[in-house]
Amino acid sequence: MARPMRMWPAVLSFSLAIALEIVPIPDALEVIKPPFAAMVMIYWALMWPERIGLFTGFLLGICLDILHGQLLGQNALALVVVTYLTLRFHLQIRIFPLWQITGAVFALLAIDALLQVLIEGIAGLVSGGYLRWTQVIAGMIFWPFLMGSMDWLRQRAEYRTPNIN
Amino acid sequence: MALTSVEREPGQLRSASTGVRFILLLVLAIALMVLDHQNQHLVEVRKDLAALLHPVQLLVSAPADISRSIGESLTSRSNLLDENRRLKREALILNARMLRMTALESENARLRALLDSTKKVGDNILIAEILSVDLNPFRNMILINRGGNDGAYIGQAIIDADGVIGQITRDRRVSSEAMLITDVDHAIPVELVRNRLRTIAVGTGELNRLSLPYLPVSADIVEGDLLITSGLGGKFPPGYPVGTVRSVRRVTGLPFLEIDAEPAAALNRIREVLLITPPERDETNDLSLATGPADEQGVIAETAAEDPGAAAPVVAAGTPPAGADTTNTVADMPVTGSNAATTATSAPPAAAGSRGAANGELPAGGTLETTDTRPAAGATGESMPAENTE
Repeated sequence: MARPMRMWPAVLSFSLAIALEIVPIPDALEVIKPPFAAMVMIYWALMWPERIGLFTGFLLGICLDILHGQLLGQNALALVVVTYLTLRFHLQIRIFPLWQITGAVFALLAIDALLQVLIEGIAGLVSGGYLRWTQVIAGMIFWPFLMGSMDWLRQRAEYRTPNIN
Repeated sequence: MALTSVEREPGQLRSASTGVRFILLLVLAIALMVLDHQNQHLVEVRKDLAALLHPVQLLVSAPADISRSIGESLTSRSNLLDENRRLKREALILNARMLRMTALESENARLRALLDSTKKVGDNILIAEILSVDLNPFRNMILINRGGNDGAYIGQAIIDADGVIGQITRDRRVSSEAMLITDVDHAIPVELVRNRLRTIAVGTGELNRLSLPYLPVSADIVEGDLLITSGLGGKFPPGYPVGTVRSVRRVTGLPFLEIDAEPAAALNRIREVLLITPPERDETNDLSLATGPADEQGVIAETAAEDPGAAAPVVAAGTPPAGADTTNTVADMPVTGSNAATTATSAPPAAAGSRGAANGELPAGGTLETTDTRPAAGATGESMPAENTE
């Protein structure tokens, strides 16, 4: 009973991330648009590994594929791999200082982008070119802010719920 | 599924079960991609999933729509009066033009009847709106609020008041994805209004630039030439403006001109669009080519070009009007001389005018003008070009 209550920060942030993924922005800003969904996914896999897992990553990826009109499974595969790596190393990454976490996130986002570029290459689709990589960098720069606001959100949920439990 | 592992020590999470799940999901994702790439197997699943996610898109699109409607309701009375006056004047002018159009249309129909060829003027139109949602950020794609449920179909041409915009590439039941003519994967058969020179306009990825890469240096084309759809390929009905030639460059040593054109429609400012259904579609159901996925069409076009004899019956089997129309449209190709010939043979990447081209599945021979049986008809009817084109 208490558990679904506690999930609201994750639900909220995933919804927001999906909305941000598809909200129309000028082409000029497209270059610096961070990959919100992947970043939120990494955050939750890092912080709530026992609640947010591979299946969430997969579902989120399918949603993104549909919304972006990409190959079905492309984002899903990339996100499953990224989530797995995050889960695998979440204990190590969590105790890093912020700048090292940011570095790790950069690596994860790069893997995400690389996988997608590879898939698009194999499928013979048009790839995003340099745009994808500038977005990875944008994601890295944006990470500390995202982490700050998400921590705040998460603590709202974590400090209140023990009473209910 | 995540709930089951709550009781365990956090560090023990990624034990065997996580690894197994990881592999399973990986395989599932790969299977999905393979199936989706084959294009036919997952179409329905995709449509359902997309329809499921439609509310999300509407929600994201809402703020923009609301702010626009607020803006509209806040415009002052004098502005509205001005606009009303202007629109009335415009309507008057357009009506006057339409009067002439009707006369011309009937004259055209009469003359064509004399020539024993039927060509329907006037297409069925469906109005659609563009959702304020970013589709694939790496492509020139838009999302429109009409889908298969409203009668939109894959391959349907999209125009607005200024010119051609693109075509529908994926049906989402209640909405559909459309590729703009400027997408790097898109090619559209065009002709010059001035001398009916035919070529293919290829997208560049930039919203304000088309490229015409298949015209030889000897081609008669100058800055300012108007491009309209030629109707070859069968997807875009003939006669709609596509763009204006902006620059023509001769590069020494290259057999082809480098030509840039500007799309007629302001692709970055469109809100409302029109989906056109050509009249032939209502009659010829054997032209299922026009509705099938791009890859499929590519294959058919390929067989058609490789073996004109075998493919010809497909066209012949169609209803007579379509057949006659086909030969008539294509027959004048040889007359246009080397230009058209080079266009047809040298345009492999432009072939499908749609995604199929990107897969590189079409061998160069199979590309004779954009995925249709019409070229096949042209090939078989090559003996009779002269009398039809006069």
